[in-house]
Amino acid sequence: MKRLLSIEFQKIWKNKASRVLLLTYFVLLSFIALIASIKFSIGTFEIRIADQGIFNFPYIWHFNTYVAAFFKIFLAIVIVSMMANEYTYGTLKQNLIDGLSKKEFILSKFLVVASFTVASTVFVFIMSLILGFSFSSYNELSIVFTDLEYLLAFFIKLFAFFSFCLFLGILVKRSAFALGFLFVWFVAENIFYWIIKFVILGGDDKHKNFGDTIIQYFPIEAMSNLVKEPITRLSAIKTIENAVGGAQTAKDYSIHFSQISIVLVWTFIFILTSYYILKKRDL
Amino acid sequence: METILKISNLHKIFNKHLHAVKNVSFEIKKGNVYGILGPNGSGKSTTLGIVLNVVNKTSGDFEWFGGKVATHDALKKVGAIIERPNFYPYMTAKENLELVCKIKGTAFSKVDEKLELVGLLERKNDKFKTYSLGMKQRLAIASALLNDPEILILDEPTNGLDPQGIRQIRDIIKAIASQGTTILLASHLLDEVEKVCSHVVVLRKGEMLYQGTVHNMIENNSFFELKSKDMVRLKTVLDEQSFVENTIEEDGKLLVYLKQDIAAQDLNSHLFEQNIVLEHLVKRKNSLEEQFLELTKN
Repeated sequence: MKRLLSIEFQKIWKNKASRVLLLTYFVLLSFIALIASIKFSIGTFEIRIADQGIFNFPYIWHFNTYVAAFFKIFLAIVIVSMMANEYTYGTLKQNLIDGLSKKEFILSKFLVVASFTVASTVFVFIMSLILGFSFSSYNELSIVFTDLEYLLAFFIKLFAFFSFCLFLGILVKRSAFALGFLFVWFVAENIFYWIIKFVILGGDDKHKNFGDTIIQYFPIEAMSNLVKEPITRLSAIKTIENAVGGAQTAKDYSIHFSQISIVLVWTFIFILTSYYILKKRDL
Repeated sequence: METILKISNLHKIFNKHLHAVKNVSFEIKKGNVYGILGPNGSGKSTTLGIVLNVVNKTSGDFEWFGGKVATHDALKKVGAIIERPNFYPYMTAKENLELVCKIKGTAFSKVDEKLELVGLLERKNDKFKTYSLGMKQRLAIASALLNDPEILILDEPTNGLDPQGIRQIRDIIKAIASQGTTILLASHLLDEVEKVCSHVVVLRKGEMLYQGTVHNMIENNSFFELKSKDMVRLKTVLDEQSFVENTIEEDGKLLVYLKQDIAAQDLNSHLFEQNIVLEHLVKRKNSLEEQFLELTKN
């Protein structure tokens, strides 16, 4: 395993584009801390974001994992091009000829995916701890370590997404096309959702839940469902909402085991299909 | 003699209809230099691709080193370059070779030694993408030699090179062959094969037409060049003979190919008995090139 990782990291680190993207990713992640310094004024009120409770434990776990997940696209590009390059340079063929088995090859790529995911999770964990201890109103350990399942959800979400990227890289063999395909897939999922909801079910409110039930099984939707948007959960926003639109129905922000299983099943499918494609394909 | 690679009844069908390799069987013994000959599209690269783990066979079998180890582990003892040199363009030559060392499990100390051998030591810290085609091909050979392989497989190593490049690669191959390394060389440069190889396998449209020593391939097919006043009669008489395979008229001479060998003297007296007097009689052997073209023509 050490050997495979050392092979893969040499390939990634010596590539200038990948190196820049990797560094950019972690630098941007740490910029989440800068949200703390945002201030703006409404009339005579001066609002400082950090004082609105976004860095309060345990809410910070939810907020940071949600925001951090936006930057995953940087690593996605690294992963897709890492795989697609092996095809364009013909080095996949050469690696196999030099004595790497196809199994080892896939394994080494998934080790990279796993290390990226672990690194991101650890980074977000440490950053949240630091931010939390600096700004949170509550510092009791029991509160600090509540809701850590958001970190688990973040881990699974990233791992699934990167596996999806790797799968696309193997399937499509060209980085630009694979990233395009990712975007098309995302759009297609949404179109499919709206077709089900409005064309087939006629936009009838009675059937509203049916469309939502189906869409949650689609990979991208399932991944984004894992960590839901945290903004409306903020007490300040809730206050405004209540003032403007009366009482709101309670929204479910928690992470469900069923959602985690859907994403894990997809991850499993992506890994196995990648291996299957590589095994069957003549190079 | 130790068998390095044994291929038996290998078939490859691409996309369910393109039969690229048909029932190919041969053995590679240690210490010999083999040539695989065949026109473009004859299945040379596919056959090599199968034994090198990059193309899936349809049926048949192959085993490395007596079949005791898995293919990918066996390949760590094999050095191979296929068609064009494949390296990471953004890495230097040294880094590329170190990567191969990691895959094969060889010590990094080999890197400089092999770069020296192919004359690239001064350029080792330059990126691969700055190399000329000839240098890339030499780097590929250095990479294939990194683990001091039991067998070196070269697929069209001089393809696309200029005369100097071809010469350099040929000299390197000769140097390696003289050290006793087993070599499998796929090429359509026949004089190259004739000079370097001791054994040949000839393929056409995926079928194996010949396998054996270069010597036998040339020797077996001697033929006569004959000329007489009455060419028509000469042809009719010879066509009736049991030892004659076929006759072809070329440039006013009759080329007589034989089913079984016959001495020039015997042929001459035989024709004389038939009242044919020859003006011209030469017993010839095909060069490997002629022999190859003869074998592979449709």
